[in-house]
Amino acid sequence: MDAPDVHPNSPEARYTDSVGKYYAIYVCLLILAAIQFYIGSLHLETTAAFARMLFVAIIEAGIAIMFFMHLWAEKRNWLLFVIIFTVFVTVAMQYGWTDSNRMETGAPYTLPKTGVVPQ
Amino acid sequence: MSQADMTVAAHGHHHPPGMVEGLPPFTVPAKKMAMWLFIIADAATFAGCLVAYGFLRNGSSTWPRPFESITNAAIMTFILLTSSLTMLLGVRAAKAADRSGAFRWTMITMVLGIIFAALHIREWLELINRGMTLSHNPWGDPLFGSAFFSITGLHLLHVTGGVIALLIIGLSWNAGHRTAEDIEVAGLYWHFVDLVWMFVVPFVYLLNLAH
Repeated sequence: MDAPDVHPNSPEARYTDSVGKYYAIYVCLLILAAIQFYIGSLHLETTAAFARMLFVAIIEAGIAIMFFMHLWAEKRNWLLFVIIFTVFVTVAMQYGWTDSNRMETGAPYTLPKTGVVPQ
Repeated sequence: MSQADMTVAAHGHHHPPGMVEGLPPFTVPAKKMAMWLFIIADAATFAGCLVAYGFLRNGSSTWPRPFESITNAAIMTFILLTSSLTMLLGVRAAKAADRSGAFRWTMITMVLGIIFAALHIREWLELINRGMTLSHNPWGDPLFGSAFFSITGLHLLHVTGGVIALLIIGLSWNAGHRTAEDIEVAGLYWHFVDLVWMFVVPFVYLLNLAH
């Protein structure tokens, strides 16, 4: 195997992290996934199950982005750009929930709990 | 003397405003930046699909819960998470100039992707055999089929694209036509596909487990 041509402080150097660190992160992700399945098997009320599983999924995604995708080791400007931009766009999408609740409660212009809009 | 003039005096050339010593503000290689921008856009696509799914589910009183078992979803999750680890080991080997190691791990990742896709298609066929289509299912709200197939189908499309990309990049890396950065960029994409699954499983599968 050729010697790696990287400086210890260069961006490439972080890929020479110990394999043990990668296995530890992998095990963490497996445990978090198992927690999601456990929550699913409890048959909780939908909103409660959703909130718990979303919380775990966000932690999982954060670990994967920061350590598997190495965003943590990128320049601070880039890290902030990716996080702020992505969070802003995904949060902005939640704007439509009010209309979903309108469908659920059946007023105005919808039939209750069917999701069908009368013509 | 202005700061710009001092920079010119010290280095003999101008730097654009906001840039220090000629470095771009993010200091991210072009291919990697392009992949990150694609990932951000694709995250918005998947988020849009999942929000639309939640919107439909929230507004329906007859949303079906057709999944009797979590076994298949658990196996698929295990395989995809493991493929992220093997991809990471492939990138690490590529960065260490270990050509055969990087090729081996990349191909293992690709095979895991194929197994995941095969399990996914098998599950689809089971649901289709139970009477589920895009516009109909025997359990309740017909929108379930279109929501399920569109979200999991979009993810399966990404897995398939990733498998093809890993095959092409792996083979050309082995032939000496690719750099470690190419493997790294492919790895970013593959980790993202894994990351999306972390949201698809709880919302599309686990929230719809039969009681």
